[in-house]
Amino acid sequence: MASNSSGGGSDRQRIAQQRLRIIAGHLRRPVDVDSTILAAECKAQDSKTDVSSEGKTVPRRRQEIMKWNGWGYSDTKFLFNKKGQAEFTGKRYKLSGMIMPALKDWLEDTFGTNLQHKSPATPILTSSAVQPPTLNEAFVEELKSTGIPFSHDAEDRVFRAHGHCLHEIFALREGKVGRVPDLVVWPNCHNDVVRIVELACKHNVCLIPYGGGTSVSSGLECPPEETRSIVSLDTSQMSRILWIDEKNLTAHMEAGIVGQDLERLLNESGYCTGHEPDSMEFSSLGGWVATRASGMKKNIYGNIEDLVIRVKMVTPQGVIEKSCLGPRMSTGPDIHHFIMGSEGTLGVVTEVTMKIRPMPEYQKYGSVVFPNFEQGVACLREVAKQRCAPASIRLMDNEQFKFGHALKPQVSSMFTSFLDGLKTFYITKFKGFDPNCLCVATLLFEGHREKVLQHEKQVYDIAAQFGGLAAGEDNGQRGYMLTFVIAYLRDLGMDYYVIGESFETSVPWDRVLDICRNVKLRIIQECKDKGVQFQPLASCRATQTYDSGACVYFYFAFNYRGLSDPVHVFEEVEHAAREEILANGGSLSHHHGVGKLRKEWMREAVSNVGMGMLKSVKDYVDPNNIFGNRNLL
Amino acid sequence: QRMACGDVYSQRDPMLKKRDDFEDVLEERRNSSDLRYALRCYTPVLYKGVPPCKSSMLKSMVLQSDQLHYVISQVSKETGRKTDEVQEEASAILDEMAHCQQLSTVRFFAFTLSKVFKSLFRSICVNEEGIQRLQQAIQEHPVVLLPSHRSYMDFLLMSYLLYTYDLTLPVIAAGMDFMGMKFVGEMLRMSGAFFIRRSFGGDKLYWAVFSEYVKTMLKNGFAPVEFFLEGTRSRTSKSLTPKLGLLNIAMDPFLKGEVFDVSVVPVSISYERILEETLYARELLGIPKPKESTSGLFKARKVLSEDYGSIHVYFGQPVSVRSLAEGRVNRRQFNLVPRHIPGKPGEDIHSFVNDSAYKLVRAQEENMVLKPWVLLASLLLQNQAAGPKEGLPLDELTAQAVWLRDLSRQYGAFLHWPDQMTPSEVVSSSLSLHRGLVRICEGKVQLAVEQGLAATPEEKLLNQAVIVLSCASYRNQALHVFLRPALLASAIHTASSTQKRKTHTHTHTHTHTHRFFHTLLCAPQDFEEASYLLVKTGAVQVSQQEVVVTEGGHRTLAFLIAMLDPFLQGYQVRVGCVTRVVYRRVVVCTLIS
Repeated sequence: MASNSSGGGSDRQRIAQQRLRIIAGHLRRPVDVDSTILAAECKAQDSKTDVSSEGKTVPRRRQEIMKWNGWGYSDTKFLFNKKGQAEFTGKRYKLSGMIMPALKDWLEDTFGTNLQHKSPATPILTSSAVQPPTLNEAFVEELKSTGIPFSHDAEDRVFRAHGHCLHEIFALREGKVGRVPDLVVWPNCHNDVVRIVELACKHNVCLIPYGGGTSVSSGLECPPEETRSIVSLDTSQMSRILWIDEKNLTAHMEAGIVGQDLERLLNESGYCTGHEPDSMEFSSLGGWVATRASGMKKNIYGNIEDLVIRVKMVTPQGVIEKSCLGPRMSTGPDIHHFIMGSEGTLGVVTEVTMKIRPMPEYQKYGSVVFPNFEQGVACLREVAKQRCAPASIRLMDNEQFKFGHALKPQVSSMFTSFLDGLKTFYITKFKGFDPNCLCVATLLFEGHREKVLQHEKQVYDIAAQFGGLAAGEDNGQRGYMLTFVIAYLRDLGMDYYVIGESFETSVPWDRVLDICRNVKLRIIQECKDKGVQFQPLASCRATQTYDSGACVYFYFAFNYRGLSDPVHVFEEVEHAAREEILANGGSLSHHHGVGKLRKEWMREAVSNVGMGMLKSVKDYVDPNNIFGNRNLL
Repeated sequence: QRMACGDVYSQRDPMLKKRDDFEDVLEERRNSSDLRYALRCYTPVLYKGVPPCKSSMLKSMVLQSDQLHYVISQVSKETGRKTDEVQEEASAILDEMAHCQQLSTVRFFAFTLSKVFKSLFRSICVNEEGIQRLQQAIQEHPVVLLPSHRSYMDFLLMSYLLYTYDLTLPVIAAGMDFMGMKFVGEMLRMSGAFFIRRSFGGDKLYWAVFSEYVKTMLKNGFAPVEFFLEGTRSRTSKSLTPKLGLLNIAMDPFLKGEVFDVSVVPVSISYERILEETLYARELLGIPKPKESTSGLFKARKVLSEDYGSIHVYFGQPVSVRSLAEGRVNRRQFNLVPRHIPGKPGEDIHSFVNDSAYKLVRAQEENMVLKPWVLLASLLLQNQAAGPKEGLPLDELTAQAVWLRDLSRQYGAFLHWPDQMTPSEVVSSSLSLHRGLVRICEGKVQLAVEQGLAATPEEKLLNQAVIVLSCASYRNQALHVFLRPALLASAIHTASSTQKRKTHTHTHTHTHTHRFFHTLLCAPQDFEEASYLLVKTGAVQVSQQEVVVTEGGHRTLAFLIAMLDPFLQGYQVRVGCVTRVVYRRVVVCTLIS
């Protein structure tokens, strides 16, 4: 979780502390080591590094801490306790250990669920459900000789055969396992990857890079038609920060590092990347590069393409990289743009040099209530026009606003509950907002304290022009917290016949309202046409603002009781929703990527020639389709 | 092959289609106070709760729209005129065009029309289930009402009915001609009519104001928009080539994603006796249409003393533009240019709107209620055409009418034949309603062509023609029922008479533009439908090699061919093509199977 605000303390004290942290960081690990030496030594260094980064989140055996058929950590989940109240277990999150009294009613009202009707998941993975591995003996023999760790244990393989699409998780919960990788290999450094790719080419083995496993585009699914042995190349053990350059504000990392580790480690040195996608707990740097990720604070820090200075990628043709660290180049088309968004079809990203920033002095959450979504969008547009967007600004529609309320933890004091009542009264009765129309924008400001306060005023003033009322820091913070727990909530829903998914797009400003309305209505209509017995939840939020448009996120879920093939219905509705998005001027994807899920629209998205260009790159770089996950093209 | 056709059509068997029941709205009017009715509380259901927009507000929305701004600046650039000036002109156009619906005027009409309708008509029957469907549709999506257009009465009647059923009053696209009527024009405007010029081909500004006006009402869902797909009243009761401009405008907000969907509701209004029957016939003969004027209307009040039978109004199933466009239109094409910049619709959009228009016209036709008189007119005309005779004996006419009643029902006609009366009662009742057109002499019925006191031979001839054309226009109401089987019948007839098996390499692309042969007549489904109907009614048998006319089928075929005959004569060349094509299909079909 990266919601650490560091207010307080005098400036001098803060600078001193920061300095100390940096020094501590320096002491811990050599900085500015020549990367070639480091790479050569990576084996020897292995044990040392493992010790130094004890806090490393992702072990080789992910199953030790993570669910095999759901989202996130094994110790963390939503459940209904004996009193029938919703509870969030574990200790990892702010919400952990809390009770959310309103969630039950919300679930029942929104989906028509009933706590008596459960649809529990298969508790354990039966190894017999997993096909025995098809091994390429020669490849395995040579791999052994390199000393790079690998495994063909069923659990290891199943873990790397999926992302988090609804159909993938649904199948796992039913204990169904399709084609899975035959082998998992854990390179420890760039040179290990080079060796593995060489061997794969030599023995014609299919490689599928695996970072954090948070794909929602069927990107990790093994193509069922693949007859070669499939090797999952898990980069999770390549998770070191190799150097930090304070003069140029850059850092060089191995690509397997996951977001939360990257931020935590950089924070220890007083820095951050500011790249915070919603999946940052588990998603990896290499994955971000390969899918063209976007972080919620992109308004300050930029999206991944703005952050990356240099990338190293191992391809069947060798290593692709730039020769300098210049901030911008005019050297023909940017080769980084072949790498970013290649979705594992061309090679493995092994190391990345990235911009870093000093940690922000001050962070402040905020929220604004608008009488309706239209006004909210108009406000966001104005904020974007004036180019004064805070680090993050998100506008949730009414459904999501209600959903946020359902996740309010039990209030401890009479006073807070009284205060809540008063606020509600003020907004709905005094200001005349319709509780079934109002919507809320959540804000996050970052930077120097004074500037933040100034900035805050500017944004609230704009909001006021559109009928917005400031609604407090709490609401804002809860909004952001929600993004981290929502994936856990899907698992709860699936325990009670509710299936759902989120998907995103980007769209010009003048079409934001139209696309939101039309896609939501299309979802509702399709569900009805496909025989869904209950009213679905169709909700959206504008999560990013740009000069010329916005990123829109949709949530969609329904109660599938009474359907014989819920996943099929679900996929049909999702397909229709994407068609609607495209018909309304939305893009195929803003940051989730194409994978295999959205491949069918790719040609239309980039034109025939564009497709031909991409194909010819693939043909040159990987003529034998070693990187055969068949995403994108 | 036959089986397959049968399967397709058994599902669509018109006989199996349940049609809604009708209710007479005049019945209540005859039993309770018209004044109280006109003043009653009127609280229609609204689209998403959007209240109707004040006309001044609507005007300013239109004038401030990006669309209009764009065109104004474009026009100003092209002509060198000042923007303000062009803006003024746009505003003037809008003032000339815009409706200003007022409930008080509507109430006035509700009162007077109640009186008028009661004296003119025996009943006004409405399918209430259709009203319920419309009510549902109004709440969900913007609605376009598409009534058939046979009489001036149509749009007054529509608004009257919507008021009666407490539905949002429509705004109606009316021809500029009405505006010429002093006082009445303004009354119509206040009841919700807006006026458009009959032609404004190149006038960019006019088009922009007009289309933006319609779209603004539609997009915001202020009120259902009503217009006549046929553009003008059909003088012959045949459906006219649909006018696509307004339909195009009405579909545009959906195509550009500004609304989720638009519901189009075809409404079929059938008159047992058309108020303007002889007027139309005279117009067709070249006597100019009397200019719409208030004094003309006043003079026409003599029609008030006559009996015009009953009216049937059928509110059809709302058609979703979204579902019409599904798989036909690539809406992404509108994503690359800002939506306020007007663009000519592409070929695909044009053909989509065109096909939709024909579908909607056909939906109107299918739900047209046919009166017994329509069958009688068909029979009398055929008898007349067969040669100079002294008319059909009444009992023979009755027998033929019963035969035709059964045949047309089998063909799916929406026939309103009062079954509680004996056939001879039905026939004489119809004849007496139309006594201006028929004459019964010594128990024999014939068209009243000899009637009337004509001063000159020319006038006599003219009077004759008026009678025939009036009857023809009633007959035409039934045309759509018999059209497809009749074409096939003609083809079979041609085929058997020539005895040749020509394999035409005729490059016929089914784009028969003639108004009569609409709905892609040569499409395979039309052929299949026709042959299915002929086989079903036992008129022909289709074996592996050939189509054989059965013993009893000759009468049916003769009737069908005679039904088509006037048109075959009229459009010899075109029909030649069509029958050849249909004939070829007969050959092809038999060869295939």
